[in-house]
Amino acid sequence: MYDIEKIRRDFPLLHQKVNGKRNTFLDSAASAQKPQVVINKIVDIYSGKYANVHRGSYYLSEEITSEYEQSRRIVQKFINAKSEKEIVFTRNATEAINLVAFTWGRKFLTKIDEVLISEAEHHANLVPWQILRDEIGFELKIFKINDDGSFNCEEFCRHLSGKTKLVAISGMSNVLGTIFPLKDMIKSAHDVGAKVLVDGCQYVVHEPTDVQDLDCDFLAFSGHKTYGPTGIGVLYGKYELLNAMPPYQFGGDMVNVVTYQTTTFDEPPARFEAGTPAIVQAIGLGTALEYLMNLGMDNIKAHEEKITSYMHQQIADIKGFIEVGTAPNKGGVVSFAVEGIHPQDLSFILDKEGVSVRVGHHCAAPLVRRMGHESLARASLGLYNNFEDVDTFVAAVKKAKTFF
Amino acid sequence: MTIEELIENFEFLESWEDKYRYIIELGEKLSPLEDKYHTDEWKVQGCQSQVWLVPNKQNDKIFFYGDSDAMIVKGLIAIVLMIYNYKSPSEIKAVAVEDIFAKLGLSDHLSPSRRNGLLAMTKKIEHYAEIL
Repeated sequence: MYDIEKIRRDFPLLHQKVNGKRNTFLDSAASAQKPQVVINKIVDIYSGKYANVHRGSYYLSEEITSEYEQSRRIVQKFINAKSEKEIVFTRNATEAINLVAFTWGRKFLTKIDEVLISEAEHHANLVPWQILRDEIGFELKIFKINDDGSFNCEEFCRHLSGKTKLVAISGMSNVLGTIFPLKDMIKSAHDVGAKVLVDGCQYVVHEPTDVQDLDCDFLAFSGHKTYGPTGIGVLYGKYELLNAMPPYQFGGDMVNVVTYQTTTFDEPPARFEAGTPAIVQAIGLGTALEYLMNLGMDNIKAHEEKITSYMHQQIADIKGFIEVGTAPNKGGVVSFAVEGIHPQDLSFILDKEGVSVRVGHHCAAPLVRRMGHESLARASLGLYNNFEDVDTFVAAVKKAKTFF
Repeated sequence: MTIEELIENFEFLESWEDKYRYIIELGEKLSPLEDKYHTDEWKVQGCQSQVWLVPNKQNDKIFFYGDSDAMIVKGLIAIVLMIYNYKSPSEIKAVAVEDIFAKLGLSDHLSPSRRNGLLAMTKKIEHYAEIL
C-alpha cells in the first residue's frame, strides 16, 4: 500500500510553512524535494566518511570509492543497464546531452547527415544540436506534435530516412506532460540505422525505466529531479558506443599513461569523468534511487496517476482554465493559462497562498510559442503530492480570479 | 500622488490581498504607453512577463512611460515611476529605491531571483539617467 501521509513525513521541507501558509509544492518537474534519507546520507559522508575517490591508498578513500561505485551500480539497477560501465556521472542532464553531442556527435556526424528532434524539446535537447549543426553542417530536423501535445506517429516516421543518424527525444515533455511511445520510436529509428538519445529527465521519475527493453542508445537524466542532490546527472550509453567516443574533458582520473607529451585515456566510464567528481552528490543520488525503488516505480506511477486524474476533475470546475497539453497519455504535469490573468500575476497570488508553481517558458520557449502562448504557469506533481495539494491549488486559482 | 502619500496609504492596508488589489488599481491608472512603443526596442529584459520602458527628457527632467502585460507588474511599475518621474539625472541617481520598497513591504519584488523585470527596470532607469 502506498501510504502517502507516511511518505510525506519523509520530506522535511513539505512541512515548512511558505508565506505563513501550508506548503503546497507543485514544482517538482523543475526540481524535487529530498527525502530525509538523502539528507542524512550527505551529512553522514561529510561528517564521517569523506575523502577523495579513486586514490585508494588509505582506508577513507577506499571506503568512499566503494560507496561511489556502489552508487553507480544502483543507477545501473534503476534503469536496468547491462553493465555499470555504461553509467557515466555528469553534472546534470544538460551536461550528459552535451557530452554526447560533442564527443559522439563530433566524431560520427557529417554534413550529409540529419539529426531529428521533436517540437517538444527542452532547450537542453535543442541548443546543443543547433550549435553542433553550425559546426558540422548536418541538417537539424524537427518533427511536429499534434495540437493537443500528443505524439504524431506518421509525422515522426515521415522524417526518418537513411540520412537520419541520430534521433534525440524527450521521454516525457516538461511542458505538455506527454509521454512519448519510446519503444516504438526507438525501433523505427533503429530500422533506418539511426541512434537514439532519450532526454529522460521527466520520464525516469514517473515511469519505470528499462534501457535494455527500450533499447535506447543513450539516456540522460538529472539527480535533482529524481529526489537526489543537485550537481549530479547521469549519462547512460551502450558500452560499445561509449567506448568509441573520445573524452569530453581532460585532466585527472580519466587517463591511463601520461608523459609530458602524450596521454592515453582510460576506458568508460572513467574516460568521461575528468577531475574530482561530485562524490557526495553521486552517493546521495544512489540513496535517492534506492528510496524510489523501495517505494516501487509502479506504485509511484499509480499514485501520481490518481492525483493527476483528481487534478483534472477539479480544474474542470475553474472557468477560463486552459490546460495546454492534453494528450491522452500524459504524466503529472499541468501547464495552463487562465483567461484574463497573466501567468506572472497568477503566480504572485498563488505564492501568497503557499502554492509554488513555475511561470514562464519552462526552458522550452519555441514549444510554448508553438502552443500559442508567450508564458505559461505549470503545476507539476511528484510522488509526495496529495489530494489536499490539488484542493489548495484549485482554491488559490479561484481566489486569484477574484483579483482581476 | 507622491511616493510619501503612497507609503502613507499603504500603511492602512493590512492584508496582502488589499495591498495587491491596490497595486492593481495603480496599474490601471498608469498613463498608457502608445502602441508604437510596444516593441522589442523598448522592452526591458524580464523573464516571466513583458515590461516596456520609454524615457522622455524635458529640459533637465526625465519622464518615463512604462507598461507590462501583467497587471500586478504594471502596478509595481506605476510605483517605480512614481519614485523616479520628473527627476533630473542626478536626482535619479540619488534615489534609494530599495528603502522605499522596504517601507512599502514589497522588497521581495526587487529581488534578483524574482525575475519580474522590476529590478532590471530600475537599472535601466539609472542607465537612461547616465546617457540622456
